[in-house]
Amino acid sequence: MLDASPSTRSKAGAPDDERVIKLAVLAVGGQGGGVLADWITDVAERNGYVAQSTSVAGVAQRTGATIYYVEMCRDTGRLPVFALSPSQGDVDILIAAELMEAGRAIIRGFVTPERTTLIASSHRIAAVSEKIEPGDGRASSAKVHATAEAAAKRFIAFDMEKIAADNGSMISASLLGALAGSDALPFSRESYEQAVSAGGRGVKASLAAFGAAYDRARGIASAPSGDKTAQPAAAETRSGAATKVSGPESLLKGWQQLAARVAALPAPVHDMALRGLKKVVDYQDIAYGGEYLDRLDRAVVLDDAEHAYALSIAAAKHLANAMCYDDMIRVADLKTRSSRDRRVRREVGVKDGSVLQVTEYFHPRIEEFCGTLPAGLGSYIESRPMLAAFLDRRINRGRHIRTDSFAGFAALWFIGGLRRWRRRLLRHKVETAHIERWYALALGQVGEDYALGTEILNCRRLIKGYSDTHARAQSKFDRVLSVLDLVKGRPDAADWTRRLREAALKDEKGDMLDGALKTVASLGDGDVPSS
Amino acid sequence: MAERSFAKEVEKLRLGAGEEFSGEGILAITKALLQCGVGYVGGYQGAPISHLMDVLADAQDILGELGVHFEASASEATATAMLAASVHYPIRGAATFKSTVGTNVASDALANLASGGVTGGALIIVGEDYGEGSSIMQERSHAFAMKSQVWLLDPRPNLPSIVKAVQDGFELSEVSNTPVMLQVRIRCCHVHGHFIAKDNKRPAMTVADALEAPRRDTGRIVLPPASFLHEKEKVQKRWPAAVDFIRTNKINEFFGPEHGSVGIVMQGGMYNSVVRALQRLGLADTYGDTDVPLYVLNAVYPLVDDEFLSFCEGKDAVLVVEEGQPNYIEQAFAAMLHKAGRGTRLVGKEHLPMAGEYTGQVMLDGIGSFLRATIPHLLPSEVRAPNKIGDGLDTADLINVVPGRPPGFCVGCPERPIFAATKLVEQELGKHHIASDIGCHLFSIMPPFELGATTMGYGLGPASASAFNSPDAKRRSISFVGDGGFWHNGLTSSIGNAVFNKNDGVIVIVDNFYSAATGGQDILSSRAGNKTKSTKHPITEAVKGMGVKWLRHIDRTYDVTKMQDTLREALTTDEKGPKVIVASSECMLNRQRREKPLVDKAIKGGTRIVKPKFGVDEDICTGDHACMRLSGCPSLSVKSLDDPLRDDPVAHIDQSCVGCGNCGEVADAAVLCPSFYRADVVHNPSRWDRFLEAARRATISLLQRRRESRRLIFADA
Repeated sequence: MLDASPSTRSKAGAPDDERVIKLAVLAVGGQGGGVLADWITDVAERNGYVAQSTSVAGVAQRTGATIYYVEMCRDTGRLPVFALSPSQGDVDILIAAELMEAGRAIIRGFVTPERTTLIASSHRIAAVSEKIEPGDGRASSAKVHATAEAAAKRFIAFDMEKIAADNGSMISASLLGALAGSDALPFSRESYEQAVSAGGRGVKASLAAFGAAYDRARGIASAPSGDKTAQPAAAETRSGAATKVSGPESLLKGWQQLAARVAALPAPVHDMALRGLKKVVDYQDIAYGGEYLDRLDRAVVLDDAEHAYALSIAAAKHLANAMCYDDMIRVADLKTRSSRDRRVRREVGVKDGSVLQVTEYFHPRIEEFCGTLPAGLGSYIESRPMLAAFLDRRINRGRHIRTDSFAGFAALWFIGGLRRWRRRLLRHKVETAHIERWYALALGQVGEDYALGTEILNCRRLIKGYSDTHARAQSKFDRVLSVLDLVKGRPDAADWTRRLREAALKDEKGDMLDGALKTVASLGDGDVPSS
Repeated sequence: MAERSFAKEVEKLRLGAGEEFSGEGILAITKALLQCGVGYVGGYQGAPISHLMDVLADAQDILGELGVHFEASASEATATAMLAASVHYPIRGAATFKSTVGTNVASDALANLASGGVTGGALIIVGEDYGEGSSIMQERSHAFAMKSQVWLLDPRPNLPSIVKAVQDGFELSEVSNTPVMLQVRIRCCHVHGHFIAKDNKRPAMTVADALEAPRRDTGRIVLPPASFLHEKEKVQKRWPAAVDFIRTNKINEFFGPEHGSVGIVMQGGMYNSVVRALQRLGLADTYGDTDVPLYVLNAVYPLVDDEFLSFCEGKDAVLVVEEGQPNYIEQAFAAMLHKAGRGTRLVGKEHLPMAGEYTGQVMLDGIGSFLRATIPHLLPSEVRAPNKIGDGLDTADLINVVPGRPPGFCVGCPERPIFAATKLVEQELGKHHIASDIGCHLFSIMPPFELGATTMGYGLGPASASAFNSPDAKRRSISFVGDGGFWHNGLTSSIGNAVFNKNDGVIVIVDNFYSAATGGQDILSSRAGNKTKSTKHPITEAVKGMGVKWLRHIDRTYDVTKMQDTLREALTTDEKGPKVIVASSECMLNRQRREKPLVDKAIKGGTRIVKPKFGVDEDICTGDHACMRLSGCPSLSVKSLDDPLRDDPVAHIDQSCVGCGNCGEVADAAVLCPSFYRADVVHNPSRWDRFLEAARRATISLLQRRRESRRLIFADA
């Protein structure tokens, strides 16, 4: 009764074999979390357990974060009272079907160091908010990994999506394999496999994915502590120097001369310079590679080992990108290469005996048209708005071009062939002038403020996209550099430039940038020494 | 045709006495209806009760054998009005819908039904969508029970209890001549469990029998003077009958010791969470055996005064666990104690939050706080004085890392291009007032589209823009309504209203061939044939019939340019009156479910099939993500390149792409970039295909070799 002394049902009072095991699955709608929960329930029941699963189905599931919840207890003949949703600090096994969902589970308190086995697929499904930033808006996977290590009793993470895909199955199968391999539930491998087989659809592929994930999880589970996570294989970056080059003898000779010039540069610059060179030569020709190195040399002479050649490396990178501006010729060239055909076939997975048809989406405007005309003619048209508008009405519309058909391919092949005359075209003139202005501006700063010079080079990252997007990017680039006069001479000038650039990459219109610009302007009123 | 096939579940409806039923809560309710000899069932789909409708729709054979009439009602009002069949005839009937949205719609019929009362048992099964995962306004169905004076059952969330509640509900309805609402929460509907089945019962009187022998009784019709008598009858006859039934049949349950200084009263639906909290506080075991007296209200309206007062006998304090607000039950109990002059202290919302879902943590905190305040000596020491607060883990940093993941449009959704076009038109003509509606299309309010200012109810999108009709404004309003909402009541409330009031706004009807958000049920304008329902009634015809003069039909929403042109025209034309655009393309989720198996089979069978997929040329993509700001498609994502020259990730289309065409169309309409391509794979090509390909590839590779032999080739380029 209630009136005397503390209850005899102490917290750990349930005998071990009457303890309720609590398991939650956090997934992204469409990943098959329901199938997984059904399998787990089935496995539990096959092993003489009473189990209950719940979910929140409906429109809330569509591509959003969802939770499935399973409770189970050894069947003693009496029905346990199960809860219908997971509680903070009261989850034994947490399965996250995507890495950020593991993070969400930790935030929601479903992962506790003294009891929770956290099984997570380390792959990422970017949320909409991560995808729409003009820069790189993706969340830090490392942060989630690190927190999960601390937050969970055991953390088993590897790319279960890839295992599923490699075996022609869905992630629910590899998640189940990881659960089985983790030994977090007292059930045999066979009983899991029976549950999968009973499902009846795609059994072979599911079992293969299950098995692969089982082995992988087992390897991690048995590894000594401290090494309890599967470390994602370090991304192997191919060295720029390892490139194989082939082609006509005369061109190869030219290439070797250019490569020799790179070899003569300070060692820290080699990799980026060689990559840049390759890109530029591939874009245009050997001579263009020479121009690239000439420009690069102008940075190198101003540079030194004390600064770790940061300026030259930035120059090597951004010069290459700037010199390989995206024009119609470039696009047509890339789309008509044999390597591109092979890549599309590989990505789409065209099997023997099937036929591939490829449609390209172009929408040329008068700007692109004029850019591809000889500089004189192009400027002539551009300076006559009536004429430009007249022509635009004829040009400006979407064109769907079939590059598997001869006519479509030939049209692009022809445009790609204009490469030989590129130097005489309007776009080249405009771009070259822009590059020179930007580059001279950057190098001009180096003597006074090395870091600022480097940051100005880095601002080139802002320029990207086509048509309107390109115009907006250009405007952001101009706006960022417009504050140079304000920040010049400040010790944190480079910092401000970097901050402005980062703000510019946050949203489409540049609202964040405008805010940051206002801050900089207010700085100018206060403590900037007048120069 | 619903999103899922329920052929397997339908078989469970045939289980006989003594056999074990295993499955979802909502299916258990469906089976219970048949066991109770229900004569007719109707309802309107919506989570969490869609599966009840879907299973019955697939179970026509069984229903036919039993003589049960099933109706996929046009709205919740229709479903509730259908219960009129139980007014004069002793036929049991059931209606089901999502609540409180459905109950809102149903309330006209509900009030009339409740006034006249019923002869046959009338059961309204409401899926209470409150708390996590809910997609509607947060309200309680309880208020509807009180205002119309219908009884409300809220059984413990396990299969045997909810099955019993169905049986109890019919009986209660019959003895008290009152409709009964049975409330089941979202997780209870989807809980997997077991119960021992009984045989299905043929209704004692079928609707056919009733049709052959019509009855009437003026006293049951809502018109004075009968309506005044109804009001008295409710409190003088029906209420006492209900209370008596609940008491006699022990509908409410008691657990734990008979005596104690404190006790907890709860809605039946809260029972499991209360027990879980007690388990964690060391006051209950796995099976719910507890040291604290519990009073479980499986019937939450009406309350049984003497039952409650006797529970309070000898107790110093009683906690009421009542989810949501206002706290009607707590208030009623407080009044009972006060009037009875009892000294027991009643607490509730002091310890538990006034609003919001009672999650495990909330329950643990609330009940823990109550017990620490009243009987601390009974709590285990670690509960009474925990050594640490919280789990000591700092997740503050992580909150800034982990991105939100609200629901959104599916891969290949045909509604995506409609909103891409709208966004593009707004870029051209400026921002407009946009009224949204209920349905998948409401996802437009979130990134990347961020379109839409209000949502006022199902089918009420255009109605909610009706005030914005002014000759002084140069801009028009835009409003959206889905095909589901259109047929639910949008045709009259929105379209008819706009015609009659000469509204000058633009109305977009999003027609995806199904009631898609609720699980892909058929509606009047569905294009598929349906054995038991009449489909293929075009929305355009209905709109014309309503008197709309300016009407455009877009039969492929993926044509973003056309969508954009049409919207622009609608917003700028000189024509007066509502401008209606019907934008039609099949829901991709349902289309894939329908087509994928057929396509796979056809490919295996050797038929020529063209399968589209989109791709991105990563060396042409500059990583500005403009395409994603007009898409948000799960299959279009970002990917890092193994190239130090490139800072920003590029666009990438994964294997889940269904080749809907939005990417290419958007790139075209918004003049984005030429990096998208569509790859059509022709499976089992014809001879002509193969001949053409061979010829094309020969000539193309000739050109390629010619150019590539004259330039440097970088191995990984």
